[in-house]
Amino acid sequence: MSQETPIARKQYLTPFNVITGVILVIGLVLTVLRFTKGIGAVTNLDNNNPWGLWIGFDLLCGVALAAGGYMTSSACYIFGLKKYHSAVRPAILTAFLGYALVVFALHYDVGRPWRLPYPIFWSQGTSSLLFEVGLCVFLYLTVLFIEWTPAAFEWLGYKKIRGIVVRLTLMLTIFGVVLSTLHQSSLGALFMIAPSKLHPLWYSGYLHVYFFVSSMFAGLSMVIFESTLAHRWLHHKMDDTHLAESDGVALGFGKAASFIMMGYVGIKIIGLAVDNDWHYLATGWGAWFLVELVGFVLLPAILFSMGAREKNLTFIRVAAVWAVLGIVLNRLNVSLIAFNWHLPAADRYVPSIMEVGTTIFIVTLGVVVYRFIALKMPILYEHPDYKQAH
Amino acid sequence: MAISRRKFIGCMAAAAFGTTTGATGLAHAVSGKEFTGYPDSFGVLHDSTLCIGCRKCEQACNEVNNLGKPDNPFDDLSVLDDRRRTDEAAYTVVNKFNGNVFAKIQCNHCQEPACASACFVKALYKDKTGAVVYDESLCVGCRYCMVACPFNIPAFTYFDPLTPKITKCTMCLPLIQEGKLPGCVDICPKEALTFGRRADLIKMARQRIAQNPDHYVDHIYGEHEMGGTAWMYLSGIPFNEIGMREDLGTTSAPELTAGPLAAVPIVVGLWPVFLTGVWAINKRREKIAEQEQAAAVQAAEEQAAQEKTKALEALQQKLAKEKETAIAAEVKKALEEAEQNAQQQAAVQDETTTDPAAETPPDDSGKQEE
Repeated sequence: MSQETPIARKQYLTPFNVITGVILVIGLVLTVLRFTKGIGAVTNLDNNNPWGLWIGFDLLCGVALAAGGYMTSSACYIFGLKKYHSAVRPAILTAFLGYALVVFALHYDVGRPWRLPYPIFWSQGTSSLLFEVGLCVFLYLTVLFIEWTPAAFEWLGYKKIRGIVVRLTLMLTIFGVVLSTLHQSSLGALFMIAPSKLHPLWYSGYLHVYFFVSSMFAGLSMVIFESTLAHRWLHHKMDDTHLAESDGVALGFGKAASFIMMGYVGIKIIGLAVDNDWHYLATGWGAWFLVELVGFVLLPAILFSMGAREKNLTFIRVAAVWAVLGIVLNRLNVSLIAFNWHLPAADRYVPSIMEVGTTIFIVTLGVVVYRFIALKMPILYEHPDYKQAH
Repeated sequence: MAISRRKFIGCMAAAAFGTTTGATGLAHAVSGKEFTGYPDSFGVLHDSTLCIGCRKCEQACNEVNNLGKPDNPFDDLSVLDDRRRTDEAAYTVVNKFNGNVFAKIQCNHCQEPACASACFVKALYKDKTGAVVYDESLCVGCRYCMVACPFNIPAFTYFDPLTPKITKCTMCLPLIQEGKLPGCVDICPKEALTFGRRADLIKMARQRIAQNPDHYVDHIYGEHEMGGTAWMYLSGIPFNEIGMREDLGTTSAPELTAGPLAAVPIVVGLWPVFLTGVWAINKRREKIAEQEQAAAVQAAEEQAAQEKTKALEALQQKLAKEKETAIAAEVKKALEEAEQNAQQQAAVQDETTTDPAAETPPDDSGKQEE
C-alpha cells in the first residue's frame, strides 16, 4: 500500500480497504446487537464470569500496550535521550488511539455506558481501585490528546496555539508518567480484592508492581513492533531524520526492554518466594505459569539482549513481537485464564465468536484511524515549517 | 405481629432501629482504623442442621422482591438436585448436599463488603442496619462488584440492553425499617433462620455449639470470614461440604487493596519531584557541556588567531628584510653603474669638449631604477 502511485490511490477496492470494510460492517452489526439485545446476547459472560475478553484484552492489554507513549516521551523529554525524538510522535499517537479505543471498548462492556462519567463527576467511589483506573485513564487520555495536538495544529497551520502547547511538553510528560504509574499498576491491583478467585501463582501482594513494571517493557516492545509495521506500510511518509534514527530507537529500546524484563523475572521470583508458592510449580498451573514467565518473558528478554549486543535488528523485532504476546498472555492469565480457576470446567468462561469479532472490530478501527492520521499529519516526519522548533 | 422469640431475638433494639435507619451509612472502606461493623447492626443466623430444603424461603423472597413467576414452581424440589446460585430471578437459593443436608445462600451482607469497596460510584454501601444496599440510580454496570464478591452473590441482568442492573438480596431492608422480619426468616417453618443483632446471634450460635458439641462443627461461619458477615452459618458437617469456601481468610476486602491505594499519594508526591530533578540534572549537564564546548572552541580559535598573527609577523619581517636586501643590492648596483658611467664620461670628456645633453640620460635611468 505504501507503494501506491497517485493513480492507484484512487482505487478504493484495495485488499486493505476490502478487509477493513468487511470488519467494520460486522462490527456495526455487533454494535446494534449489543445495544438492542443486551450484553448477554453477544457475549458468553455470566454471573460467575462477569469480565471477559473485552476487559481482559481490550482494557488490560490495550492499556499495557499503549504504555509506549509515556515510556518514549519520558525517555526523550525527561531523561534527555534526544536521539529518540523522532519516535515520540508515533508513540504518543498510538498511545492516544490505544486509550481512546479502550474507552470506546468499555462502552460495549459496561451496562450503561453513558454513565461512564459518573465516577469522575457525580459519585466518587474513592475506595475502589477501579475509580483510580477510571480517573487516571480519563486524565491521561486528556494529556495524550494535548500532547498529540501539535501534530494536528501543524497540519492545520495554527502556529501560535501550537507554540503554547509545545511549551507545556515537560509538564505534560511528567503528568503522563504519574498517571501511567497509577493506572497501569492499579489495573493489576484490581484483582487483589479477589484472592479466593485468582490462582495463587498469579495472585500476589505485588500484583500492582508487576503490572506497572511489565507495562514498561510492553510499551517499549510495542513501539518497536509498531515501527516495524510503519516501515512496512508507511515508509514513504518517513523523513530522513526518522529513517536515520529508527534503527537506534529499536536497538536502544530493545536493550532497555531486556533489562526491565530481567528485573521483572526477578521480582516475579521474589513474589513466589514471599508467598511460598513453590509447590504450585509442580502442578499443571505451574507449568502454564512457567510457559508465561520463561517462555514469554525470559526468552524474549534474552533475544532482546542478543539483538542489542550484536546490533541485530531482526532479533530485536522478533523479540518485540514475542514480548508483546507475553504481555497479552499475562493479562489474559490474570483476568480470565487463572481467574476463577477453582470453578468446574462447565462454569468456566470462553469468549463467544461475537466477543472476538467486536474486539477485532475495535483493533481494526484503531489501525484505520492511525493510518489516516499518519498519512495526513506530521507524525513520521517533521513539518518543514517547524524543523527547529523543539 | 406473629414473630417468635426464636426468629427475632432483640426485638426492642430492632424497633428502635426502625425509626433511625432512613439515613444511608458509608462503608468507611479504606480508613486505617479497624472497623468491626456498626454497633447493634442486624444479621441472620442460618442453622443448616435445621434446614429441610422446602424452598419456602425462596418463595417468600420471590414475593417480597416481585421477581415474577419462576421457571419451576417452588414446591418442585427436584431443582435441589442441581447446584444453583443466585441470579436476577432468585436472590436466594437452597442447595442440597450429601443427599440430606441443605444450605441456603444469599448475600451475606459483609461487615466490610468487598462489593462496596470495589464500587467506583458508591452504588453499593453498608447500611447501619447491617444490610448491604444497592442503588441502581448510580450503577454504571461495570460488574467489578461481582468480580470482588468472594461468595459469588451479585448477579447482572445481562439481557437488558440499555438499563441492566445488579441484583442481590437486600436483607429486606424496607421490611426491617418497618420493624418486620426479612421474608425468608419470617416464612421458615423450621426456624432454621434467626434474625437479630449480630452480636446476639454470635452468642446464640456459641450456645448452640456448646450445648450440642457433637451436633455442630465448632465454627460460626461468617463470624470472621472476610472480616465478618452479617449472615452467619452453623453446620453439622464441614463447611466446604455444604458449598462454602473455607479458604477465604479473615482479611476484609478493603484491607486487601489498601496497599496499592496507599501508594497513590506517594506516587503523586514523589514522581514529579524526582522526574523534574532528573530533567533538571540533564538540562544542567547539557548546559555545562555546551559551555565547555563553547569555551573549548573559543580557546582553539584564540590559539589559532595567535599563531596566525605570529606567522604573519614573521612573514612580514621576512618580506621587509628581503625588500631591504633587494634595495641595498639595487642601490649598490646603481652606484656601481653610476661610478662606471662617470668614469666613462670622464674619459670621454677628457678626449672631447663637455656635452650637457649627453650627460642627462644615464642620470635618469639611475633614478628610475631606484
